[in-house]
Amino acid sequence: MSSARSKSFQILPGFGLSLGYTLTYLSLIVLIPLAALFLRTSELSWAQFLKIATSDRAIASYRVTFGCAFIAAVINAVMGTLLAWVIVRYRFPGRKILDGLIDFPFALPTAVAGLTLANLFATTGWLGQWLDLVGIQVAYTQSGIVVALIFIGIPFVVRSLQPVLEDIELEVEEAAASLGASRFMTFTRVIFPTLLPAILTGFSLAFARAIGEYGSVIFIAPKRAEITPMLIWYRLEEFDYPGAMAIAVVMLVISFFLLITVNLLERWASRFQR
Amino acid sequence: MSIELRNISKRFGDVAAVQNVSFKVAEGELVALLGPSGGGKTTVLRMIAGLEQPTEGDILIRGQRVNDVSVQKRNIGFVFQGYALFKTMSVADNIAFGLKIKKWPQAEINDRVAELLKLFGLDGLGKRFPHQLSGGQRQRVAIARSLAPKPSVLLLDEPFGAVDAKIRQELRDWLVHLHDELSVTTVFVTHDQEEAMEVSNRIVIFSRGNLEQIGAPQEVYERPSNEFVARFIGVLNVLELRVEHGVARLHELTFPTHGVAEGSNLRIGFRPYAVQISPDLSEYRYRATLKHVYFLGVQLRLELETPSGLTLRTRITKDEFVRLGLAEDKEISFQIREYRVLSRDGFALSPEVSAVHQLPSIAENI
Repeated sequence: MSSARSKSFQILPGFGLSLGYTLTYLSLIVLIPLAALFLRTSELSWAQFLKIATSDRAIASYRVTFGCAFIAAVINAVMGTLLAWVIVRYRFPGRKILDGLIDFPFALPTAVAGLTLANLFATTGWLGQWLDLVGIQVAYTQSGIVVALIFIGIPFVVRSLQPVLEDIELEVEEAAASLGASRFMTFTRVIFPTLLPAILTGFSLAFARAIGEYGSVIFIAPKRAEITPMLIWYRLEEFDYPGAMAIAVVMLVISFFLLITVNLLERWASRFQR
Repeated sequence: MSIELRNISKRFGDVAAVQNVSFKVAEGELVALLGPSGGGKTTVLRMIAGLEQPTEGDILIRGQRVNDVSVQKRNIGFVFQGYALFKTMSVADNIAFGLKIKKWPQAEINDRVAELLKLFGLDGLGKRFPHQLSGGQRQRVAIARSLAPKPSVLLLDEPFGAVDAKIRQELRDWLVHLHDELSVTTVFVTHDQEEAMEVSNRIVIFSRGNLEQIGAPQEVYERPSNEFVARFIGVLNVLELRVEHGVARLHELTFPTHGVAEGSNLRIGFRPYAVQISPDLSEYRYRATLKHVYFLGVQLRLELETPSGLTLRTRITKDEFVRLGLAEDKEISFQIREYRVLSRDGFALSPEVSAVHQLPSIAENI
């Protein structure tokens, strides 16, 4: 009797059914493939695993992958915030088109993006020839990787921020001004803390996407600095499945902890909402 | 501080939001800007604050022209209709915001915040975030925040609009007490005439960007300067009478012509309280049936229907109702004790001929 009462009434029933469905679906799509990955890796002994996972080539690839992904995500967080700000706050001709263009990297096959960027930034390309004059090389360097990762990550930041920016009331800014705050202080003390959780969400999505990116990077990456997904691909081509899996597992674990960290940061930044 | 508006106009594109408005608010006064929505009252408040620039005219605070002084430097406290609290900051940080901007020493900030939390009945809520507060508490935080830096003028935009009726009453009382205590010059905007009457020392009435009347609550109620004010402050019944054969007539009601030409219309207005009712059918001049009785608490609203089908609305206290032994569907007699002659050009807001007339008694022929 009392237990029946303690269960709060809901208009739409079906918690049990929908939860069961969700878990089954999640298992099929995400958990089982991941488990298979770990299972395959367990064919290796611990020593073998360590040797593969910590080989010089593997470690160099982690560095490139996570380093470039991080730099790209930081740049995206800054530039994406600015883009979202302009799209939400101002009315100008072509605004709708600009808004639509933001989703472009979602739709474009990343290989096409990589190829285009490589051509553009090659020393003979439209942009590359000018950068070459001042001694900057982008294509086939780590900068090229970063450029590709920025391209594929930008929509995540913009789309995370837009609803939050649209929610900011003009009154709040006026309230800050009436209390004596300059424009700069109004932004740094009032607006920015409101945006921070969404910026971190966008950052973590862009970061995660960049870590896993493969298609665009292979066209623009230098021969010497390979990203981890490339290394995994080479292993697969050599039919070294456990070797590929071992590196994949390392990547998965690092990604997992990085994303947990970003999520904790996000929780901290949005503490005012709970 | 005293506030003065001199010939203030404000246009948004082609729309004239405020037209040639001038008035003064004395030091320490509590003034209501009253009017229907779209009347220009919020625009006036925002111009005093410096959130809006007047198209023409001067704004003076303590005799100094402040048109070119930015909102940041005007030293006003502004309370927004939606409160506009900083949701990422705790209650204490919200209140401290203006003080931090003005670079008060930390110890003084802490003292001031503690003092305001106490004064506003927010003790123990300093660490909460705005979304954890009730509507009334948010309202008080918003006022505390605006008062923290000791502004010379407190401006409030529809301060009680977003809270429920009971809290609204508490907040009104509380604002009056607060004003008595701090005696900071206060201007607030409202569309609720009852609120304006109850809270303020003086009322400035706006309609369609024009200042209609300014005066103490009693003054604007008893001596409205035009029909708009009379209708807006309290209830005014308006009758449109036709002048024929030397009397102004509507159904069985007749009035003197007041100099209106034969064949023209005469408009009169009267307060609901000006209708006298008696269960004795021979006491007053006209007859009617008590069609509906609406219970409003201490007051009752009555709907009378004359034999020819004319409906009149009136108010009566509950005690009076009981004393007279009235009931729905009962036959009664009535008269209109006092009324005013209104200008003839319909809803235009021209000044009315102000006149209070005693009707001829029953002895006279209809």
